[in-house]
Amino acid sequence: MKKILEVRGLAKIHGRGCAHCIDSTGPEMDTNICAHCGSVVATHGVSFDLHEGEILGIMGESGSGKSTVVKTLFFDDAPSAGEALFFHGERQWNLFDLNAAQQRWLRNHRFGMVYQNPHLGLNFNVTAGGNIAERLLMSDLAHYGEIRERARQLLSRTEVLPERMDESPRKFSGGMQQRVQIAKALATRPPLLFLDEVTTGLDLSVQARILDLILEIQQELGTAMIVVTHDLGVIRLLAGRTIVMKYGRVIESGLTDQILEDPQHAYTQRLVASAL
Amino acid sequence: MSDAILSIEGLSKQFQLHEQHKLIPSCAHVALQVFSGELSALIGPTGAGKSSVLKCIYRTYLPSAGRMLYRDAQGHVTDLALASEHRMLALRQNDIGFVTQFLHCLPRKSALDVVAEPLMSRGADRNLAHDKARELLARLNVPERLWGVPPATFSGGEKQRVNLARGLIARPRLLLLDEPTASLDPATTERVIELLQAIKAEGVAMLAIFHQPGLVQRLADRVVELKPPVAATDLLETCAS
Repeated sequence: MKKILEVRGLAKIHGRGCAHCIDSTGPEMDTNICAHCGSVVATHGVSFDLHEGEILGIMGESGSGKSTVVKTLFFDDAPSAGEALFFHGERQWNLFDLNAAQQRWLRNHRFGMVYQNPHLGLNFNVTAGGNIAERLLMSDLAHYGEIRERARQLLSRTEVLPERMDESPRKFSGGMQQRVQIAKALATRPPLLFLDEVTTGLDLSVQARILDLILEIQQELGTAMIVVTHDLGVIRLLAGRTIVMKYGRVIESGLTDQILEDPQHAYTQRLVASAL
Repeated sequence: MSDAILSIEGLSKQFQLHEQHKLIPSCAHVALQVFSGELSALIGPTGAGKSSVLKCIYRTYLPSAGRMLYRDAQGHVTDLALASEHRMLALRQNDIGFVTQFLHCLPRKSALDVVAEPLMSRGADRNLAHDKARELLARLNVPERLWGVPPATFSGGEKQRVNLARGLIARPRLLLLDEPTASLDPATTERVIELLQAIKAEGVAMLAIFHQPGLVQRLADRVVELKPPVAATDLLETCAS
């Protein structure tokens, strides 16, 4: 399998930062707030590889920095340090060296993101179909009929009734909104998809069907995914490999079944032992 | 002989439980070899760490010490104890199969899909994979009315056969079996024995945990006996800190 993403030493500090930020934060210090300058060390020293078609889980509690990792990779947030290389076809991109236009191009053509909060991923002032059309337009598809047909296909693939494609997603249930988000993210058939707590807050039965859908898509399209979640069940179901984060640091990584059955770090052992 | 598919030396596994400040020994100083077209049987009392050995090979457990040398079809040797995660995932997909005691699978997939999945993840056509799955389920006496149903509601013996079919369908080079006949009636056990003999004849290497001596006698080409870690209670050290 070919490598699609290589992340090295990714860091994000909110605040002015000081010389003590790194030493005074992290799991050993039991905080991510620097006692000297008050800056928040959201992530520090995060490194991993992702292969084509692979699902990597990033697990941790709120404040562990897991979302920050995908936000910086999707250019929602600028990192303070680190390097990320994205490989596709014969080309390679050094993500954090790109200008805004190049970043936008990658977001629209090669990456997809599904947020926990549908308001971040969808424009509620246009219809469900319009949301997908927006993304297709940005990826250079311009024929009205073609766009509409493709939007219809995508929505029916993600089990949204095509009759509702001309309604605003505002009127949809939470699960339906996530389906529209997934359809939108997949519109350009991106090789890399970020999923940030996509099932958190949904009913269990809805969660299950969304997760099934994600797995089916991964098998159909071979999309590589980074799945950020605090939910061990989601990790167990989706991820082949898992990274565990706490207070901005990676404390453990491994094959998912090994992380769940033979966790090495005290924190992971506690996390796994507290699963319902 | 040096052409073993799997050669294990000095394998030990202990669990460090941070919360309880305890080291729990599981298996210790295990040495064994598995050859293609042969079945090595792992025997020993409960608590001797038999399942741990299989889980270490599959890397569901991280071994604490020892080497586990796996020789692939090209003759390359990989120490499974040190193999990268991506290498392990590739080996699991193409080389090493594991039939666990209990079936872990998606609660919403039919038995047929569960069994066909390993073939499909190798890129096989869906119809072909389903045909093979049907053939295996029939061979293992799983009633046809169950094939389209998720195995969650199956009896223990039915689940075990689904699990076995799933493990056998892709014909791994090395197959790990954890008590494959534990909850089967004699007639079905007979079917399983026939099936294991058949895939052995095809050249699959097997490492299996058995409790019934009769099975060992009929299926095993070599036998490895594990003893429980010596005086387990003495070894339960309280970690400093």
